[in-house]
Amino acid sequence: MNQQPGATADPASRANLNDDIGEAMRLRMYRMQVELREAEQRAYDLFLQNLVKGTSHLSLGQEAVATGFAAAMRPRDLSFCTYRGHAHTLARGVPVEKVLGELMQRDNGLMRGKGGSMHLTSVDHGVMGSYAIIGAHLPIACGAALRAQYKGADDVSVCFFGDGTTNIGAFHEALNFAAVYKLPVIFVCENNLYMEYTPIGEVTAVKHPAADRAAAYGLERIIIDGNDADAVYRAARDAYARARAGDGPSLIECLTYRHSGHSRADPAKYRPEGELEKWKERDPIKIYRARLKQFGIGDDVMAKIDAEVKAMIDAATEACKKAPNPPADILTTDVYADGGWAWRN
Amino acid sequence: MAELTYRDAVARGIAQEMARDPDVIFIGEDVGKAGGVFKATVGLYEQFGPKRVRDTPISEQAILGAAMGAAMTGLKPIAEIMFSDFFAVCFDYIANEFPKSRYMSNGQLKCPLVVRTGNGAGSRFGAQHSQSIENWAMMIPGLKVVAPSTPRDVIGLLAAAVRDPDPVIFFEHKSLYPMKGEVPDGEIVDTLGTARIVRAGQDATILALALMVPRALAAADKLKTEHGIDCEVIDVRSLVPLDTQTILGSVGRTHRLFTVEENPRLCGWGAEIVSIVADEAFYDLDGPPVRITTPHVPLPAADILEDMILPTVDRIADTVRRSLSA
Repeated sequence: MNQQPGATADPASRANLNDDIGEAMRLRMYRMQVELREAEQRAYDLFLQNLVKGTSHLSLGQEAVATGFAAAMRPRDLSFCTYRGHAHTLARGVPVEKVLGELMQRDNGLMRGKGGSMHLTSVDHGVMGSYAIIGAHLPIACGAALRAQYKGADDVSVCFFGDGTTNIGAFHEALNFAAVYKLPVIFVCENNLYMEYTPIGEVTAVKHPAADRAAAYGLERIIIDGNDADAVYRAARDAYARARAGDGPSLIECLTYRHSGHSRADPAKYRPEGELEKWKERDPIKIYRARLKQFGIGDDVMAKIDAEVKAMIDAATEACKKAPNPPADILTTDVYADGGWAWRN
Repeated sequence: MAELTYRDAVARGIAQEMARDPDVIFIGEDVGKAGGVFKATVGLYEQFGPKRVRDTPISEQAILGAAMGAAMTGLKPIAEIMFSDFFAVCFDYIANEFPKSRYMSNGQLKCPLVVRTGNGAGSRFGAQHSQSIENWAMMIPGLKVVAPSTPRDVIGLLAAAVRDPDPVIFFEHKSLYPMKGEVPDGEIVDTLGTARIVRAGQDATILALALMVPRALAAADKLKTEHGIDCEVIDVRSLVPLDTQTILGSVGRTHRLFTVEENPRLCGWGAEIVSIVADEAFYDLDGPPVRITTPHVPLPAADILEDMILPTVDRIADTVRRSLSA
């Protein structure tokens, strides 16, 4: 990036504006984090109104990870998410209305209510599914990467998962598989300190659940500040470059914290007193606001972005409230590739 | 026309499809350089090279997960799970991932892959390497399930499975690997969802699958020779899609139904077919449908015990004879 400093800036305070990230990318990452935060906060509010049904797993507080990675991707790169996948889906550019519609189980939802909150998928945006069985998507991402390698394509697959995933077999099978074949895949652990309700440290033999396992697969030990979108973006950029160069997989542990409970049913009473407040001081959006200010971007610019995002989410919410329920005729569609469900003649 | 073993038919079927379509790849444990633990994939590594025929670690979840990821992004993978019993360690992909991704994504995701696996008893391997688990796959919406009984069907149904746009579970019977059969020259492509009447008859319909097909045929010969009972034998071949028309048509002619299943008793595939026939052809029946199965026990290792527990030619013939004369 090589933008010229804007007209309102004090030149001295903008000395590093044209660093390796640059103003346009920083504004994009700011807007993205605000969108993820506001959309998920809206999902929570709608849940309290009984308009978001079923379960939902919010990643409030973890927005910098989704943002930094999505910002480093190319359009053809592929994302594989977990049931805590709203942010990763939105970060690829999927409209908020499509995601909220799916959470509200309306006909305008991303999958017309057939998948729900835990299975957000938008192939057009490179979101190759959100997987609700812990660890399942790591081998699947390896397969997408195997295809890229086999076909000589330059896309890279990334899979996001929580700290709890590092203790299931599929994690270890996938890491070994990817390392053996040097697949263009990136494994991103969002270490938010809790596997569901249990502190990850209580049930894991090593301090860093992902990074301390890297050596077992001949991979570099990478731990980053997952609440700083710049740090995430830089780590992601390096991992994508490595994968595209044919140098194989990366495993990145992002230290972060979810402000919400594990799922909608969880008030998160297991947190020690003061822990949430301490992490909220390191809120990724708070960090990023300070970063933008440091680079001379004014409050007015940020306030304008905030207002635009809020207006967009308000409009999406209203559209979802007006959207019809899914019709019964989709109950039996797309079980098989012929579009139907026939299992006999 | 050439005589080929069921084992060699596997390699020929895979080779036929790999030669036809460069997007077909083949992965599994010991499938490449070693030619497979059952020697059913000999020569493929030499013919197609390590990029297309890939030896994997002992990681069944990685094998099936990778096959799925490759399938959903454009390849047509064939994955081998060495023994079907090992489905239990990678069942997430078979039960939760392959069959549900298309539905959950409202048609956005596709999963055109084949899982080949060594199924069935007769090798004296005991309870964890001998099971017939085609019913585990049959019960899951979104999968297709095939189990050939002859070398020709191995090639034709494997080709159909590879060309099919849905996930297909392809059960090869381990005890059939040495069996020989006539196979035509040139490309063979069969049709999923079609049963085959392998012996015409008037007095009773016997449905069988895989290793139970030759046993049902031998039992039918014995019944004819020794008792003058003329049985129709149907090789079901494909559990999903299920060719109910062929089955119901046969029951409409013979008025009696027997199923011969290697599965343990509860929830074997025959139970589903008996239920369909009871629903839709009850008044065609002259007597109760009868299921001939393995008893509801784990499989023993000892040859003498394993031979006693599987449906045998004599047990099939005796059951049919006693039922018809009752």
